[in-house]
Amino acid sequence: MKRAGFASRWLPILLLVPQLSIILVFFYWPAAYAVKSSFYLQDPFGFGQTFVGLENYASLSNSAEYFKVTNFTVIFTVLVTFFSLALALLLAVKADKVIRGAKTYRTLLMWVYAVAPPVAGFVGLLLFNQRWGPLTEFFGSLGWDFNLRADYFDTAFAMVVVSVWKQVPVNFIFFLSGLQSIPKSVREAALIDNRSASGRFWDVTFPLLAPTGFFLLIINITYALFDTFGVIDTLVQGEPGNNPMTLVYKVYVDGFRGNDLGGSSAQSVVLMVLVLALTVFQFRMVEKRIHYT
Amino acid sequence: MNTIKFTAAAATFALAGTAAFAETEITWWHAMGGNLGETVNKIAAGFNASQDEYKITPIFKGSYEETLTSGIAAFRAGEQPNIMQVFDAGSATVIGAQGATVPVQDLLSENGVDFDINDYIPGVRYFYADNQGKMIGMPFNSSSPVMYYNADALAAAGVEVPTTYEEFEAIAPALKEAGYIPLVQTHLPWEFVENFHSRHNLPFATNANGYDGAEGTQILVNSDEMKMHFTKVKEWLDEGYFGFFGTGWDDNQAQFEAGKAAMYIGSSGDFGGLSSKGMSFEWGSSYLPYWASITEEGYQTFIGGASLFAMAGKSAEENKATAEFFRYLTSPEVQYMWHRETGYVPVTTAAYELAKADGHYDRFPAAETGPKQLMLAAGENTRGYRMGFYVQIRDVENRELSRVLSGETTVEDALATIEEEGNELLARFAKTQG
Repeated sequence: MKRAGFASRWLPILLLVPQLSIILVFFYWPAAYAVKSSFYLQDPFGFGQTFVGLENYASLSNSAEYFKVTNFTVIFTVLVTFFSLALALLLAVKADKVIRGAKTYRTLLMWVYAVAPPVAGFVGLLLFNQRWGPLTEFFGSLGWDFNLRADYFDTAFAMVVVSVWKQVPVNFIFFLSGLQSIPKSVREAALIDNRSASGRFWDVTFPLLAPTGFFLLIINITYALFDTFGVIDTLVQGEPGNNPMTLVYKVYVDGFRGNDLGGSSAQSVVLMVLVLALTVFQFRMVEKRIHYT
Repeated sequence: MNTIKFTAAAATFALAGTAAFAETEITWWHAMGGNLGETVNKIAAGFNASQDEYKITPIFKGSYEETLTSGIAAFRAGEQPNIMQVFDAGSATVIGAQGATVPVQDLLSENGVDFDINDYIPGVRYFYADNQGKMIGMPFNSSSPVMYYNADALAAAGVEVPTTYEEFEAIAPALKEAGYIPLVQTHLPWEFVENFHSRHNLPFATNANGYDGAEGTQILVNSDEMKMHFTKVKEWLDEGYFGFFGTGWDDNQAQFEAGKAAMYIGSSGDFGGLSSKGMSFEWGSSYLPYWASITEEGYQTFIGGASLFAMAGKSAEENKATAEFFRYLTSPEVQYMWHRETGYVPVTTAAYELAKADGHYDRFPAAETGPKQLMLAAGENTRGYRMGFYVQIRDVENRELSRVLSGETTVEDALATIEEEGNELLARFAKTQG
């Protein structure tokens, strides 16, 4: 077989330069800068600074509040990821079976995809409004005195609901296309072998969906960790008080609102390490075990 | 539209180097949205129309925090505006960064604008000044916490407006009986912590409330007075004499507007907004209550809101333009217009006198509470406070005090935590100044 190649050594390098320079300018340089400023405490205007070594990291690890925020972030991520995936899978499996009016159903299930996170948060604000929110009234009729922004648990509940609602359509689209790419012959063969619908689902459909599911798992974890920022910001309206927040939101609160450059840089570095670990996990551990056809 | 205007302004600005322009143009970054923003534009238009040497362009930059952050970023890039609006809690950051701004008092006297700090309302004078009493930031939208009451609710319960918390305690059961939440507040750190200290003339931080420098400044909230206050507030909440609807300002104020809360502690600047709501009941305002058990008479309160800083690194002509704008801004007529349209207090005594002479307070008695409260007796602890990273300290206060009210922690633990975390933040801030 003839190997395709470049005539000149420089052409591939030249073609890579735009992409590499973008990565360099927008990722490596800010990342390096964040690492550097995490070792300093500096005046935001740039007049004074003190090298403090690992002190910013030490004060994070000693902070009960940071620990609490980390805990919440983990629980929040697990809940949002699980419910977004489970609901989307359920809807996709059901929508896949619909024959008449299938397009209408699918469109209705997908449209939320187009809603931006802050808008989703705003819709949540209306639904959960303390005094006249329809959901608040509904919970009230069940005897649950729901208090958005005044009660830690209630606010956390609203954050999870809105974030899941926002993410289900994305997962739905992927799961549906995943389902539709399962060959008909395989499904028909399964139909002969196994009469139980749930048995067929768990033995045949689910494993064949695994590559899609795994991809979505990573996407959803990233979503819950980072992209829910808009939802959280809108729900707490920039004043976290005694409300839950995620690690990313805390970076914003301390760095952008509070101008603590060193402290929030240290927090960003912690997040960078987290993302790095997640990526390594994705490529090393799981990709090998998932069977892509 | 703003972007287009801004681009146009920037383009004109770039040309200014080559072509000779009669007008000196300056920019003003502010955080006043909605109606407030329109009044800001009106002030700018008034200044531009009043003379033809200078032209000011106000630019809305979002929330207070966003304005400060973009101002800092612009400063580091050498593209700072001439005037930047900075809110109360962020002022330690700006004042601490000596060299970032030109003290407004120096700016005015160097450019031949008469300046006497005693022209300003007492409570306004030193909040944005340094420890020598030199004014660094020009007080702009200033307000103070006052108490609003629903007169119909008080009449229904057959009680009078309380001036002290003791009096409040005495009438709260009658208000509850009449079907009202007797009292709500809107901002725990501002109304129950910061101004609690000024109203009772209690020290709020070491180093003269932080004015003497960031090094070694420690917050003083874990006191017997604060413990007593929050123990009482929690008791009131449990008895149904006090309502708490979270950290959000509007969530609490909404209870008053809906006629559910009989009284609420808010900002003197709420006056304008409340007037436009067309509420179905008679209402008025009175001073922030104090504890007679702590002080015989209530002292003046701190101002909240924001001030205008003249950014450093600008040409002499532009600084002159900024000084002229400040002269216009602090003139009694402009101050009175700002006071009338927005509800913020006038910052000079002359403007207050003008409002009074014009009959503004006869028409709207509630508008006078703010300025009058700022003219009450001063004490050694009432000029203001200067603490770095105070935005985060407020976050800690909000969080811990909310937890007291929700029963997740005790008053003692919460105040101890605020002091501990607050002092850690203050120590970290001191290192940023190094």
